[in-house]
Amino acid sequence: MSDTAAQPRSDGDESDGSSAGAAADDPTDPDDEQPAGPVSTGAESVVAALEAAGAKTAFGVQGGAIMPVYDALYDSSIRHVTMAHEQGAAHAADAYGVVAGEPGLCMATSGPGATNLVTGIADADMDSDAMLALTGQVPTEFVGNDAFQETDTVGVTRPITKHNYFAGGADTVGDTVGEAFELSRAGRPGPTLVDLPKDVTQDETDRTPGPATPPAGTDPDPNADAEAVEEAARAIESAERPLCLFGGGVIKGDASDEARTFARSYGIPVTTTMPGIGSFPEDDDLSLSWAGMHGTGYANLAITHTDCLIAVGTRFDDRLTGGIDTFAPEAEVIHVDIDPAEISKNVYADYPLVGDAGRVLDQLTAAVRESPDAGAWRERCAEWKETYPLTYATPDEEPLKPQFVVEAFDEATDDDTIVTTGVGQHQMWASQFWSYSEPRTWVSSHGLGTMGYGVPAAVGARVAADTMGESDRDVVCFDGDGSFLMTMQELSVAVREELDITIAVLNNEYIGMVRQWQDAFYEGRHMASEYSWMPEFDKLAEAFGALGLRVDDYDEVAPAVEEALDYDGPAVVDFHVDPEENVLPMVPSGGANGKFATAEDQL
Amino acid sequence: MSGESPDDRADEESTDPRPATDGGSAAGEGPETDSRPMPSEQPGPRERDHPEGRRNLEGIRIDPVVEAEHESRRAVISALVEDEPGVLARVSGLVSRRQFNIESLTVGPTTVDGHSRITMVVEETDPGIDQIEKQMAKLKPVISVGEVAGDAVTSELVLLKVEADDPAAVHAVSEMYDGKTVDAGPETITVELTGDKTDVDSAIGAFERFGIVEIARTGPTALARGNTPTAPGEKPGTAGEPTTHDD
Repeated sequence: MSDTAAQPRSDGDESDGSSAGAAADDPTDPDDEQPAGPVSTGAESVVAALEAAGAKTAFGVQGGAIMPVYDALYDSSIRHVTMAHEQGAAHAADAYGVVAGEPGLCMATSGPGATNLVTGIADADMDSDAMLALTGQVPTEFVGNDAFQETDTVGVTRPITKHNYFAGGADTVGDTVGEAFELSRAGRPGPTLVDLPKDVTQDETDRTPGPATPPAGTDPDPNADAEAVEEAARAIESAERPLCLFGGGVIKGDASDEARTFARSYGIPVTTTMPGIGSFPEDDDLSLSWAGMHGTGYANLAITHTDCLIAVGTRFDDRLTGGIDTFAPEAEVIHVDIDPAEISKNVYADYPLVGDAGRVLDQLTAAVRESPDAGAWRERCAEWKETYPLTYATPDEEPLKPQFVVEAFDEATDDDTIVTTGVGQHQMWASQFWSYSEPRTWVSSHGLGTMGYGVPAAVGARVAADTMGESDRDVVCFDGDGSFLMTMQELSVAVREELDITIAVLNNEYIGMVRQWQDAFYEGRHMASEYSWMPEFDKLAEAFGALGLRVDDYDEVAPAVEEALDYDGPAVVDFHVDPEENVLPMVPSGGANGKFATAEDQL
Repeated sequence: MSGESPDDRADEESTDPRPATDGGSAAGEGPETDSRPMPSEQPGPRERDHPEGRRNLEGIRIDPVVEAEHESRRAVISALVEDEPGVLARVSGLVSRRQFNIESLTVGPTTVDGHSRITMVVEETDPGIDQIEKQMAKLKPVISVGEVAGDAVTSELVLLKVEADDPAAVHAVSEMYDGKTVDAGPETITVELTGDKTDVDSAIGAFERFGIVEIARTGPTALARGNTPTAPGEKPGTAGEPTTHDD
């Protein structure tokens, strides 16, 4: 990347849209792209640039400083989904991007509109999700004067964006927006932002934006160094206990096929990170499901004992590694990542392979000549799977176990069902007790751990599936009672837009993960974690105009699941589950992965 | 609590609370899960075998006996950047956010319009220095970044305002350090000095006896010697017109 970054930059400010090679290098489907039409204002230039870049849907909330852009959207082919809150717009755009595989687009006005986007932008940044945020800004002459609804949006969002821009003029704003859109998906994806002063969008211009291209040096070489690949291949061939670790980068890079081919070709067991869920089918014999704090015991044991870890598209988050000193302590690490800055950031890479996940996996598949002799290792992994299955006790009476609800939905739906979640215990059960087999079906907040992500994400996921012509796919949101209450206003959007989503609230009247930690590490002092004051969600759902159901018993689960899934529109099922149920297994924070607890008294 | 009495489901076949739905949730899944071992039957954390190896805090696999820790060292990092608004905030924000120990930071224009050079001195371990370079390289306005070779020319500037009780002595000391008097009044004398860190430090020590009233000091700036480019890949003066993103 540094090589290309050093290239002279000649595609200057006054690029007239004819810069050579721009369209040819464009990684996106050319069918999506249309030349931008004639424009008369900065705002029309913004919308023309978005259309030309292939944006189909925007999520946002109107407001004073962004009004010119909304006015220009009036005649646009871009569908705008008005959200109840800007945070919902950012999460919806994020989830839309995850499902559709292209940058999500969210919009807000200046000041409070922009600051309300911040959580969603930070979430996308942590999960490397391609997203473009457009924010209104007070007119340039008022900037810095504490004008009405002014915030230094560029300053506020600088640490949580891949890059952000302050639009300078009506003539250039379209190119800026196009560049920001492409930058968000170039190389390692991430959120970008363009702050749009009202005068810039209102001013007249007749300058049609040129083809959108990412800035020079930001679209790195997809292939890893051939010599490094050869060295890594030799390490794989001679490994006795090889293990694949597929992260979110495998999914963002659309490399699931290559990942499956690679692991199956050489009989290498596979574990994923949580964002990597869906990259490899969990019902495959080679799958060890996902690793980390609440990952499976067998995944964590495999990571602890592997001698060759082939890590693809993961940044070795601490929720995955536990204590660094005990992470894969005997493994040589082959690290494939598009972002050179991830190499040796948290875990030292013995074999760094910088490149696109799919391309490098293809390179590796070609370079490994014989399978590693891993028969005994595969048997050992299989034994661990037998010994430490994901399980839970189902006493013959109430209360209902939340894991049972997740399994019930999994049984009742197809493999292409999209699952979104909030953050908390329900998120862990939704990832543990659902068998994922396809990429882009698991949509969750990983790095930032944003409670309230689930409902707006379900809106974004539903809109994405519908936009892709996949209206027959189910979208199921698992949420907790605390998480649901944070963004449930977006249910109004689902009702208005007639979005077919099913929200399963696993209601334990606790902020459950905190309660679990308080029991384990704070002597059971339930400070501020008891949510016995929760409203009746089924009735709230009805008040919003959605279908509302309540379930307390095991024998009500299947009929409620069926009714909710069959309902053509948003449905909320309030499952009153065992308030004392814990998420297990668990690696205590900073602990050794191999020493996961399978019961509370082991913590 | 789930840990207290994990009932074995095999004993509950007849009283299984789960509905026997057709193709629904629980059907077909019951008998299979009933044979799964419950936590009480599984080897606990201490009963499992654990590898001998480990890693240090930088994630480097180490011999169980020999600890491999990296010493901090002083490194001069030079970055060629696009001179757009906010570039310094981006760089300094990145460095402070990641808790890198920054010793000094200087910025100034280059001969190419729209390009600036940032020179940063940091005290970090080798992996830390590596990360600083990589993270800076990710920033969009950063064109090129790298550590300046150890034999590079480095220099910093200090302005010293001292009391003017003995102008002749101040002048003498100033000459010793190749300094220049830039302002002289009845009360104070201001001297300008340049040199590497040690030169400047010892000059300040020498001026202390006159009574230093105020001091302003830059951090070092640096250029690699000879034909070696200061930032990797840099072609001084030939970098062409810079990219700007807006006006």
